[in-house]
Amino acid sequence: MSDDNPSSAGAPRRRTIDAVRASLPRRYAKERRFRLTGRLAVLTGLAFVGSLFLSIILNGYTGFEQTYLKVQVTFDQEALDPEGRRDPAALAGADYAALVKRAMQAAFPDVSGRSELRELFGMVSSGAEYQLQDMVKADPSLVGTTRDLWLIASDDVDMVMKGHIDRRVPEDQRRVSDRVLGWLDVLEKKGAVDTRFNWRFFTNGDSREPELAGIGGAVMGSFYTLLVCLVISFPIGVAAAVYLEEFAPKNRLTDLIEVNINNLAAVPSIVFGLLGLAVLINFFGMPRSAPVVGGLVLALMVLPTIIIAGRAALKSVPPSIREAALGVGASKMQTVFHHVLPLAMPGMMTGMIIGMAHALGETAPLLMIGMVAFVVDVPKGFFDPSTLLPVQIYLWADSPERAFVEKTAAAIIVLLAFLIAMNALAVYLRKRFERRW
Amino acid sequence: MNATMGTLSDAATGVAGRADAMDGLRIRNFSGTVGEVTVANPRMRTRGVDVYYGDKHAIKNVTLDIGSNEVIAMIGPSGCGKSTFLRCLNRMNDTVEGCRVTGHITLDDKDVYDRQMDPVVLRAQVGMVFQKPNPFPKPIYDNIAYGPRIHGIAASRAELDEIVESSLRRAGLWDEVKDRLDQPGTGLSGGQQQRLCIARAIAVSPEVILMDEPCSALDPIATAKIEELIDELRQNYTICIVTHSMQQAARVSQRTAYFHLGDLIEVGETTQIFTNPRHKLTEDYITGRFG
Repeated sequence: MSDDNPSSAGAPRRRTIDAVRASLPRRYAKERRFRLTGRLAVLTGLAFVGSLFLSIILNGYTGFEQTYLKVQVTFDQEALDPEGRRDPAALAGADYAALVKRAMQAAFPDVSGRSELRELFGMVSSGAEYQLQDMVKADPSLVGTTRDLWLIASDDVDMVMKGHIDRRVPEDQRRVSDRVLGWLDVLEKKGAVDTRFNWRFFTNGDSREPELAGIGGAVMGSFYTLLVCLVISFPIGVAAAVYLEEFAPKNRLTDLIEVNINNLAAVPSIVFGLLGLAVLINFFGMPRSAPVVGGLVLALMVLPTIIIAGRAALKSVPPSIREAALGVGASKMQTVFHHVLPLAMPGMMTGMIIGMAHALGETAPLLMIGMVAFVVDVPKGFFDPSTLLPVQIYLWADSPERAFVEKTAAAIIVLLAFLIAMNALAVYLRKRFERRW
Repeated sequence: MNATMGTLSDAATGVAGRADAMDGLRIRNFSGTVGEVTVANPRMRTRGVDVYYGDKHAIKNVTLDIGSNEVIAMIGPSGCGKSTFLRCLNRMNDTVEGCRVTGHITLDDKDVYDRQMDPVVLRAQVGMVFQKPNPFPKPIYDNIAYGPRIHGIAASRAELDEIVESSLRRAGLWDEVKDRLDQPGTGLSGGQQQRLCIARAIAVSPEVILMDEPCSALDPIATAKIEELIDELRQNYTICIVTHSMQQAARVSQRTAYFHLGDLIEVGETTQIFTNPRHKLTEDYITGRFG
């Protein structure tokens, strides 16, 4: 400015400070608004996630419980084993349903008439007869005795006990008649109604009866499928990542492969299902609904994810380690397998777990290869028909019975628990083995 | 640059005569390096070496001998190609995408860039210590034992122990780490890490050790230890050291080579280079006028 006029030098300077001061409130206000917007965005997100979790948990926690009715059951010698030989085959083939009906009738002797009796027998699940069958199979000496037993209640009774069926609704709009409610009240007064933890939910396969339906089959199906997926995709993914990152020449062909791998990661998953249907089932004649096919399809689907994560992990190993190994005379191969790969492994494992979590939650491709079937038996191998957790949820969500609502939500809780556990493991691995250079 | 080259070739009279004696090695467009590029007992020889990174001409026609059991320092401003030259000597430049090396480099009269020469064999003979200490994130013992193991040098565990101990002793690190050989090498201090890297290099008994600014990441005390070590190692090894510190070059080396923009400007006895440089560019650099 004006060196020759020092008195005026102060004036413009003061004006600068004034201008800065005058602009400050606006600047700070802008910053505050921006921070507020950010916080609101985060809060909105959290609120959505929170309400989702809350609604699932509120709907689902009752799915882990089941109502039981205490009934005096007589293991009638005449009905079960008229010849008294305790022959296991004969015992297994006996009419246990009649036993249950007789027990219910004994509890309410004054009930008569076809429709009333049907309602009375309907209070106990059809699973109760298998409960008795299993007991006799385990202990044949029960025959001829009379026991107080907790029989599994039907889904309607269960819903009433859990408050999902409203007693105030007029009878003609309610699934459960006033008579059944009356009997239930009688039993409750006797202390013959109880809610217990529902182990069946974890061990059983699917069922038409909600009180007997479980995720055991779906969990085993998911387990076998993910095992196939892991065994196929991890070695291939790691090998592809190592080759592309460390050994492949950089030319048009490898560029093309790289672009295609990145594009494959964005292919809609149902397309992989179509591929599985067309190639694996129709061409190679693999069985439908089998974990082996599901695993192969999911392996194809997660391969790009694993390769991309693997390459990123290899890239993050500093070149100084490669130089150190090469400098003492290690070959390219030794450098990669002795030093680079072990250091990249945690990152690769993280990518792998994320990929597996992705595969665990996938539904669409499995619909194409027939894993959406109603499967009652828990699969015992890679070729048994099975469903998977997300498909089971999809199936139950489609079922009309009120009791399947809580089963659906409970299955979602289990699936989310698996996913959170897998992601937590990925985070743990990343933190535990993370290196700073 | 052309003008500089003109004056350079005028000054390089004494060298041309010696160049004829290079048995069978072709010498192309001999650039005007000032001073004696050859020595009586060379371990490595380079003749007319050019290095290109893609289109960039990083090293221009460098001819230089590296004598047995001498420490030769490469000095020069950043980007002058001294590190590139060093990395040619054990073919570390092979790993650089788009890097092309022409000319002849020999180790004990065997062509380093020959098809027959396996870089693995070469690097077992020409070890390297890098600018940033880069121990493997493994136990100290395994850091040293890695080279002997992959080359199958040690026949038994006892022999391997022996190699590890003697390498660490020579690197002056044994007393500091003998009680924690199973702890990771990355847990040592910077100076210790660099000595560990030197021990790792000498564990495979190379003939030549290349050092690429080995002290640039270290404090003065650690630097002093490394310099002392270099002086001791000279008894058994030939050492090529790239350094940015002229004091260091003056302290540790017998010969010094000054690089400038890919040209080898001047080579000579270290004392002569630092007291009586013959080339204007060398003088400007060592007196601190640039660089």
